Amino acid sequence: MKFKLTKKQKKMLYRIIAGILLLIAAEVVTHIFSLPTLANIVIFLLPFGVAGYDVVRKAFLGVGNKQLFDENFLMTVATIGAMAVGEYSEGAAVMLFYQVGELFQSIATSRSRKSVAALMDIRPDSAVVIRDGERLEVHPEEVEVGELIEVTAGEKLPLDGIVESGETTLNTAALTGESLPREVTGGDEVLSGCVNLTGTITVRTTKPFGESTVSKILELVENASSKKARAENFITKFARYYTPVVVIAAVLVAVLPPLFTDISFKTQITRALNFLVVSCPCALVISVPMSFFGGIGGASRQGVLIKGGNYMETLSKVGTVIFDKTGTLTKGEFGVTELITNGCTSEELLFAAGSAELASNHPIARSLVKAAQDKGIALKRPEKCTDHSGRGISCVIDGEQMLVGSAALMKENGIKYREIQNSGTAVHVAKNGVYMGVMIVSDMLKPESAEAVSQLKALGIKTVILTGDTKSAGEAAAAALGIDEVHTELMPQDKVALAEKLISEGDGSTAFVGDGINDAPVLSRADVGIAMGAMGADAAIEAADIVLMDDKPTGIVTAVKISRKTLRIVYENIVFAIGIKVIVLITSALGFTNMWAAVFADVGVAVIAILNAMRALSKPRKKKA
Amino acid sequence: MAIVKKSFEMEELDCANCARKMQEAVAKLEGVQNVEISFMAQKMKLEYDDSDEKKLFKEIQKCIKKVEPDCSVCF
Repeated sequence: MKFKLTKKQKKMLYRIIAGILLLIAAEVVTHIFSLPTLANIVIFLLPFGVAGYDVVRKAFLGVGNKQLFDENFLMTVATIGAMAVGEYSEGAAVMLFYQVGELFQSIATSRSRKSVAALMDIRPDSAVVIRDGERLEVHPEEVEVGELIEVTAGEKLPLDGIVESGETTLNTAALTGESLPREVTGGDEVLSGCVNLTGTITVRTTKPFGESTVSKILELVENASSKKARAENFITKFARYYTPVVVIAAVLVAVLPPLFTDISFKTQITRALNFLVVSCPCALVISVPMSFFGGIGGASRQGVLIKGGNYMETLSKVGTVIFDKTGTLTKGEFGVTELITNGCTSEELLFAAGSAELASNHPIARSLVKAAQDKGIALKRPEKCTDHSGRGISCVIDGEQMLVGSAALMKENGIKYREIQNSGTAVHVAKNGVYMGVMIVSDMLKPESAEAVSQLKALGIKTVILTGDTKSAGEAAAAALGIDEVHTELMPQDKVALAEKLISEGDGSTAFVGDGINDAPVLSRADVGIAMGAMGADAAIEAADIVLMDDKPTGIVTAVKISRKTLRIVYENIVFAIGIKVIVLITSALGFTNMWAAVFADVGVAVIAILNAMRALSKPRKKKA
Repeated sequence: MAIVKKSFEMEELDCANCARKMQEAVAKLEGVQNVEISFMAQKMKLEYDDSDEKKLFKEIQKCIKKVEPDCSVCF
């Protein structure tokens, strides 16, 4: 990847090169000629000054502002101190090396900042609005609700709305992480942030820019940094005490041993100067928030919005995932899953049931109508309809007496029907008192549900279903998916009670996944509440800690994997950075390491930690099964 | 007087530890309800009492200059 240096970074690079050349020259000159001490000092002050004048300047300003634990001040004391004890070339070289490290650190930081910014670059800059037949290019904020906008191929949708005319294919990857393009045409709802791939469409806006999907997502991700993980809070506290403690230790190292032993002050001061070099907790202070920032940014790219580092931390330790069934593991819409005829064709059966239910709004009735229409069967309006509350309907179609409904309805009318043992709802049909057959209507499982459950299991996570649905339906779904535990026929308050029981009993933390519509109490009660397919459902976005933008339960697996990876990186950096610093401090105190090692422990460790933190941005690798 | 929430860009914010120190210093100022300085985003999110905005902004700028002389907030 090519990376352009900023002006400041370029200037620093030239100064470093000049400093190195001057240092080499100084070494050569002092080796060939034997010069007086004063000349030596001046010769080595040249590279020192070229490389480090800004550090020294900031150090003086810092002293003026009573910032005695300032990085620049401590570095200046360390290097000038080295020169004062006669290590001229070391003093200059350490300042140079320190600046090299700072430059690397600056490059790595701005690079990772850019990658995160690029990830979130879904904000549209302009919108083409049609006013009085004219096309005007305006800022999306200036478009009002109900106005028409035009979106040509290759552009981002600036606002949420409904397609008025035209048809096209949309890439929703920026919102959902799903690369499968979506076809839209007149009347379809479209969300801002999608990219228009093929045709030109006009869209009637339904939301102002500030409330449109893309603005909400960006706001959510940007605000995520304020909800800090425990690891982050630890670092903040650590940073507050680290520098003062190390500086005090440096003073003790310099002063105490010469007072009580015959080690000279000069030796001990040299050792103590190392302490000052490693006194900045920079590696941690940069890399830990950066890891969370990267993890949250990377997750949003895959359609998973995580509202804060704290939720990432909790999710990484998740031991139990509780699912709501309807709308979460299932599609939440009924479909005819089985059809058994008795002396007629399946078309005749679908025609009879579909026509009889044509006027009804019940979800099961709608699914029968849809099933018939999907097969291209023309339905007829029924006459003389009678609704047998909750059991079915009787009516006349083409002069023939139809009876469509439950087993109880068949029994009442003395019709011999086929007994069905199934998890779905059985809809029986009879014409003129003769049994035609039965259709099973049930809520269909999402195709990704089984994979999500098996992958969660592979990660060692227990899965539970809590549902208000019937025992047979709930248990059938659990069996089909391989869910560990299932509780059915629950009222909302039962769900909360059971969730609480699972939270207190389970290992690790507990996540609840729902479609967010009627699960708000459990969503907020669980350690981590995950709302699914919630784009547009404001209440769910509010209540949940993590939002999966598409309808796929596999998003939970992605979220868990990203969280675990991010947390692993964070702990690696904490252990690595603190570990190296402590080792260098101990060995410096004993006189085994020189100032070079100390500079490495300061800036070198910071650069490595930053590079490690950047891994949080990338997709977690898929493990081979 | 009212509590306002605003976000400001920061210029030349070069070190993460400084951002932390600035945040601690600004948080102690009178009139500041909540402050968060993000080194990654190079932004300061401020929740403050706007009864004497000018004076407060001056004080914040001073706090920041103390920690990092080259850094400034774009109010």
